[in-house]
Amino acid sequence: MNFSGSITLAHGSGGRVMHQLVDELIRSTFSNPLLEEGEDQARIPLAGLGAQGDRLAFTTDSYVVTPLEFPGGNIGTLAINGTVNDLAVGGAKPLYLSCGFIIEEGLSLETFARILQSMRLAADEAGVQIVTGDTKVVQRGGADKLFINTAGVGVIPAGFNPSAGGAQVGDVVIINGWLGDHGAAILNARGDLALEADIESDCAPLNALVEAMFAACSDIHCLRDATRGGLATVLNEFAERSGVDMVLKEDTLPIRTPVRGMCEILGLDPLYLANEGKLVAVVPAEAAQTVLAAMQRIPAGYHACIIGAVVEGEGHVILQTAFGGERIVDMLPGEQLPRIC
Amino acid sequence: MKYMDEFRDPATAKKLVEEIKRLAPIARGQREMPLQIMEFCGGHTHTLFKYGIASMLPADIEMVHGPGCPVCVLPMARVDDCVAIAEQPSVIFTTFGDAMRVPGTRKSLLQAKADGCDVRMVYSPMDALAIARKNPEREVVFFALGFETTMPSTALTLLQAYREGLKNFSLFCNHITTPATMRAILTDPDLRLDGFLAPGHVSMVIGAHPYDFVTRDYRKPLVITGFEPLDILQALWMLVKQFAEGRCEVENQYARIVPEAGNVAGLKAIAEVYETREHSEFRGLGNIGDAGVQIRDDYAAYDAEKKFGLPIDFAQGAVGYDPEHLKCADVLRGVMKPWECPAFAKTCNPQNPLGALMVSPEGSCAAYYAYGKLAKRS
Repeated sequence: MNFSGSITLAHGSGGRVMHQLVDELIRSTFSNPLLEEGEDQARIPLAGLGAQGDRLAFTTDSYVVTPLEFPGGNIGTLAINGTVNDLAVGGAKPLYLSCGFIIEEGLSLETFARILQSMRLAADEAGVQIVTGDTKVVQRGGADKLFINTAGVGVIPAGFNPSAGGAQVGDVVIINGWLGDHGAAILNARGDLALEADIESDCAPLNALVEAMFAACSDIHCLRDATRGGLATVLNEFAERSGVDMVLKEDTLPIRTPVRGMCEILGLDPLYLANEGKLVAVVPAEAAQTVLAAMQRIPAGYHACIIGAVVEGEGHVILQTAFGGERIVDMLPGEQLPRIC
Repeated sequence: MKYMDEFRDPATAKKLVEEIKRLAPIARGQREMPLQIMEFCGGHTHTLFKYGIASMLPADIEMVHGPGCPVCVLPMARVDDCVAIAEQPSVIFTTFGDAMRVPGTRKSLLQAKADGCDVRMVYSPMDALAIARKNPEREVVFFALGFETTMPSTALTLLQAYREGLKNFSLFCNHITTPATMRAILTDPDLRLDGFLAPGHVSMVIGAHPYDFVTRDYRKPLVITGFEPLDILQALWMLVKQFAEGRCEVENQYARIVPEAGNVAGLKAIAEVYETREHSEFRGLGNIGDAGVQIRDDYAAYDAEKKFGLPIDFAQGAVGYDPEHLKCADVLRGVMKPWECPAFAKTCNPQNPLGALMVSPEGSCAAYYAYGKLAKRS
């Protein structure tokens, strides 16, 4: 297929041009036996699924990001890894994804092809297949260049049951590495700051890491990926749902210097910045070192570390500042806005 | 970053806190209440909470959060004016980020944006000027907000627009000045403050002398203070030392940044563009004479108020539009603690801010909303 030119309304019309786009670009890029069947639904044999666990995990997420491409990833890699991670942090082994595109007319075919290609690579890396999908084209102004929705299914092995309400007093809080890279990379990529910061999104699949963690300890109490709202938001959810306090030690939080610098300049708090390859785990204290060691053997967990502990309380997250004081880290009421001075 | 970490060193902090704890009872003396120290500036409030400094101080010292957050003292009527400008189809309305959430009587700028107005967050007035150059067919308005810290940059931006002969750029001027606002607090009959931490970035522009009246006429010691946590602890130590030694002076803790006479070029730009406004309405404080500035007639073409003929009536003299049961005024003046307001955390919270002190994270109510939980916990 010729990749010159751009997506037009004809590409979503149901006619020959649309079939050409779907067959020659999308289907051929995502190619796998289930997709090749070419039906309106993927037909997944149940036999193999049951052997891998006792519950099906099912999730969906929509992806809208400006700019579409940024250092460390693009909207396509987010759409694959985000949904893979939503399955993985439930303890599931992610298997199959669906993929729906909503394209604004005028998107260059070359850009679209590049995003599809990176989705294929991300799916391969995570060991999942894109087995069904849909494409719609809306007129100019009806969407912002490209929106993607991915839904995913996976199988949860018997006995894995992490939950936001599972934290217990005495547990330990673990994170798998640098905080805030994605949020900072997106802010930087929007280009209205004119900062010369070298920051890449941490967009990555976490299923291999989660698998290693459960192999080390099947009793992981809480597990979430810290995406929108960052680490602070996830921990507040854990604390509230579990009816405990979480105490973080600021000097143990892994934050890269350029991210810290950007937050200093803009008056933002890295604890609330989005991540796309970070998970927060709450594990029993006696398993903490085993889990940590297992994480540090996996690339996505090289920089894993213990950042805090669970104590008795009423659902708050408390930060012990490196400076020697304490403060509450609350959920943000809305979007984090830069301070004036 | 290494350089900044020097101002956040826990070991130095510990020494300073020990010294403050030693001096505080002597400084407090026979006072019934703890020493009431007002950190005037929202930036200081922010640092106090961010680093948990409030939790490190002895019971003899109580920090009172001042009105020095330009977002917090923004009256609803001015937000309404912003929205009215932004609603003009030709307008691109540009603003610093944290002003977008301040409620007006009809809506905030964030809501106006959601309703289809072209409202854009910028990081500097120069960014707004660049938008004006790029969009000659649109009217670009920058919401000039803040104390003296942000005044030089808006003044220089206006002068740049003037030099370039840009016809589609104007400032909606809402600048206010620190000494006049501090004077309004000091003349309050309900005053119960003992001393001040003054904003270092303001003094970077205006110097140290504009505060002489605070010590001379009102006998309140004052320390011009930087914004790193160690700056604040050092300034507090200097202040309690003044009390303990019976001195009352304007001291400059932020000498690495603040020149005695201020920033001459910045002051020149401010004087060129702005003149004192007879009355400025502050949310919760009402009208304060000579506390705000307006754009001089020479630059009327760049004054959004004149360009858009805003219905501004300062003769109203109303204390904003704050509902009766809100005590923002008392909290802003340091007469009442945030949690003593009947609306605090009940009808007024960060998710649903009724008063501006709950809007900005620098607002004392928003800060206490979070901190109060910690106080309750311990």
